[in-house]
Amino acid sequence: MSEGIVYWLQQALNALQLGSIYALIALGYTMVYGILTMINFAHGDVFMIGAFFCFLAAVYLGLPFVPTLLLTMLGAALVGVMIERLAYKPLRHAPRVSAIITALGIGIFLENFTLALAPYPKNIPPLLENVTWDLGGVSLSSLQVIIIFLSLGLMFVLDYVVHRTPVGIAMRAISWDKTFVPLMGVPLDLIISVTFAIGAGLAGAAGTMYGLAYPVIDPYMGIMVGWKAFISAVVGGIGNIRGAMIGAFILGGVEIMVTAFFPSTYRDFVAFTLLLLLIVVRPYGILGQPRTQKV
Amino acid sequence: MRKALSLLLFSVLVSLGVAAWGAEKTLKLGVIAELTGDMPAVGTSCKNAAELAVKEINAAGGLPVGKEKMKVDLVVEDNAGKADQSAAAAQKLITQDEVLAIVGPNASRYAIPAAEIAESSETVLITPWSTAPKTTLDTATNQPKKYVFRACFIDPFQGGVLAKFALEKLKAKKAAVLYDVASDYNKGIAEVFKASYEKQGGKIVAFETYTTNDKDFSAQLTKIKDAKPDVIFLPNYYSEVPLQVQQAKRLGINVPFIGSDSWGSNELLTLGGADLNGYYFSTHYAADNAAPVAKKFIADYEKAYGAKPDDVAALTYDAFGLLFGAIKSAGKVDREAIRAALSTLPSYKGVTGDMKFQADSRDPIKSAVILQIKDGKFTYFTNANP
Repeated sequence: MSEGIVYWLQQALNALQLGSIYALIALGYTMVYGILTMINFAHGDVFMIGAFFCFLAAVYLGLPFVPTLLLTMLGAALVGVMIERLAYKPLRHAPRVSAIITALGIGIFLENFTLALAPYPKNIPPLLENVTWDLGGVSLSSLQVIIIFLSLGLMFVLDYVVHRTPVGIAMRAISWDKTFVPLMGVPLDLIISVTFAIGAGLAGAAGTMYGLAYPVIDPYMGIMVGWKAFISAVVGGIGNIRGAMIGAFILGGVEIMVTAFFPSTYRDFVAFTLLLLLIVVRPYGILGQPRTQKV
Repeated sequence: MRKALSLLLFSVLVSLGVAAWGAEKTLKLGVIAELTGDMPAVGTSCKNAAELAVKEINAAGGLPVGKEKMKVDLVVEDNAGKADQSAAAAQKLITQDEVLAIVGPNASRYAIPAAEIAESSETVLITPWSTAPKTTLDTATNQPKKYVFRACFIDPFQGGVLAKFALEKLKAKKAAVLYDVASDYNKGIAEVFKASYEKQGGKIVAFETYTTNDKDFSAQLTKIKDAKPDVIFLPNYYSEVPLQVQQAKRLGINVPFIGSDSWGSNELLTLGGADLNGYYFSTHYAADNAAPVAKKFIADYEKAYGAKPDDVAALTYDAFGLLFGAIKSAGKVDREAIRAALSTLPSYKGVTGDMKFQADSRDPIKSAVILQIKDGKFTYFTNANP
């Protein structure tokens, strides 16, 4: 392969890896918005908690990869449900802005709670043997393959659950109408809890994979990644699951490609200008519609 | 009880009297160390090395000052890892204990306030470990302070040393740099390295940045890979370097990496493990260095404290070496005379290498040490001169 093609293929792979992680987190934002039309700003910190669960499971319980991943997802899902029950449910009928402020507060609480317990950055041990293949100059690591395929797998499972199962139908129905749908026997609280559990569980999975790819974790790691995932969800059309995935891969791609084209110092400046232009052209995001059917 | 107390007091007085009467004059030197607070390991190393240096000179009969030999009396103050207490400790040592000179504090954020006090009180202060240029500069005029010296090199110097090392020892004609553009330390060294490397005939093929807290460096590293450097310079902190090296390896980058003294923490080995094997970084001193002066110090230190001396210990020992040399050549117990002697001291052979103060600078001209990471240990590789 010519060198130019190798270079761009490599950068595309990098973008795919970064986009996969953004996507897993973006799904949580978009699902909660779809159901409650509320932005769960604590979600990035749930992702951070997930990374710390992964650390605990891997270091203190000495678990291998698969149990670590499952335990982390379960733990994060529980945290997600608890946050909803304790902090958001009492405010369900309060003005939107109260719920958003509460979400920010929960995020700050989670950061400082973790900081109090673990003030120094932690190292996640390599749970998987990493192999790097050289495909005609393009380097592909087994870790990259796992991250990309596991993320895509989880996204397809979610897409199936939301569109093809009774729980998914209930979720979509509630997002459409919260007054009459419960009257038809759909358990509102349970479905909202399930939504939070799934969103947080995916953030937990993202935390695990992030921890494997970038094994130094700290209590503030969720802030920037959370913001980027949120932006992905908005770019894709917030409330739309497939949109969140597309938005995440666009953001990952733009970030990587801007660094590839321009001096790396311009990355965030150019990347976010491009995203801003996209939002100006399509204010509801790529797949969003003014009155779309939400999750 | 009262009788016992008075007896004790009496015996103390007698022993003091005997000491004074023994015609042995003593001179007082102060140490400010981070014994408690956030870096107790640094302060402990400093105190240990200071006590070792003083013990040695006293065992040899004292320090020759003029025609007589004087015993050295050490006063150690803890700064509790706080800037205000560092200044207070300096004040106390100078006015209350009336020490001749001070060694310490070590970390720049403590050394700077203590240095201000020493400068205004016209007392010599040597900081062993503070590499920030600001420590020895007068804040108002940006000229060198008169009374504040250091035993280590300064941050901008390292970049030059590494550039030369990469070109001459690694025979790397093309270098790439990846650094944190939002951090002064990293940015400063990266820029000095670039300028120096290009001046010496090397080519910087990639000069890539990221911002603090970034974890994904894949785009920058792919760009670096594409530029085909012979060496990659990472002047970044020990918590980030392992991520950068791991990601580079996953991208199939096989050229050597080099780093600066921000690599020199054992945490680097814990976080980075085998990925860092074979790479080089510059620092102040190598515990397994072969120089005879250093060997003796390391053996003595290990015997006394049961641990290998780190760079702080070595630099503290050298700070005392410089001070003793200055007092000897001044020939009298006088703060001003010691300052003058220190700034004109001929080249001093220390544990951390030969050093000499230039006429208009308080920062010694000395060599850096290049360490190699080998089998999970920092191993001496070579000395690197400016």
